[in-house]
Amino acid sequence: MQTVFSVPKVMKKDFKFTFCPGCDHGVAMRLVAEIIDELDLKEKTICSSAIGCSVFIYDFLNIDCIEAPHGRACASATGVKRANPDKFVFTYQGDGDFASIGWAESMHTALRGEKVSAICINNTTYGMTGGQHGPTTLMGQVTTTSPFGRNKEYYGYPIKMAEHIALCDGTAFSARVALDSIPHINQAKQALKKAFEVQLQGLGFGFVEILSSCPTNWHMTPKQAHDRVRDEMIPVFPLGIFKDVTAE
Amino acid sequence: MGLIKLNNSRCKSCYLCVETCPKGLIKKSDKTNRLGDYIVEFDDPKGECVACAMCAKRCPDLAIEVFK
Repeated sequence: MQTVFSVPKVMKKDFKFTFCPGCDHGVAMRLVAEIIDELDLKEKTICSSAIGCSVFIYDFLNIDCIEAPHGRACASATGVKRANPDKFVFTYQGDGDFASIGWAESMHTALRGEKVSAICINNTTYGMTGGQHGPTTLMGQVTTTSPFGRNKEYYGYPIKMAEHIALCDGTAFSARVALDSIPHINQAKQALKKAFEVQLQGLGFGFVEILSSCPTNWHMTPKQAHDRVRDEMIPVFPLGIFKDVTAE
Repeated sequence: MGLIKLNNSRCKSCYLCVETCPKGLIKKSDKTNRLGDYIVEFDDPKGECVACAMCAKRCPDLAIEVFK
């Protein structure tokens, strides 16, 4: 029989994802693993992993990883890439890490045009620490630290990472994708591949924001969480490619 | 005709594959894995599976492999 779909070769033997049931981190990591396989990058890849649920990437992918302090994955990736320009370096972060505590590092890495790729999982909350209010929390969303919902007077507005990063001159590619449906998962893979390729071509910073679900902290079933991504998140965080220097 | 292979030890019973299969060939099972999660089973008596792999692409735990 012909194999149509199997586990990417770069995944560790006998791995088991430790995420909650229905969490899209597994899908995002699978896409990253497939692209590493397709571009044959395993031996030259160094991942800069973050703090949060995203940290566990080093438990599942058989690649070299450096564990960055909270929010500093892009800064660590900068150092790794400058010391090893022939390596392929990417970060795998959550929104709390990339856009909250690490926003300065993230944006300045884009402004410097570092030849690294950054992946940010946006689930509108701090997943690992119990579902607190984060920089991407939607207006009106109830979290453990915004029990009456996010309001503009007290909390301000959610950050739109992909648009901000696209405005930086050093950015070669910036896109926002989602994992709520199969067509969107396929588009996400194309965007991630593009973000990896601009680094390999030496064009600059590649960034992909991935809209993901967090069923546990949203108090929803996995299906309901994907419906929320489609109905509530995508209207606020529109999908698309906001900068692509290869298309200009 | 397609065939899927389920890795029950990875399954966490999110049932996204059950929702995703366009032909409804994946069903909730009354069996459990070692974690006590009610796993799913592939039920295709008429050979309807075309190996579209949507279930495998949807599965967040990489518990499904697809063959044809």
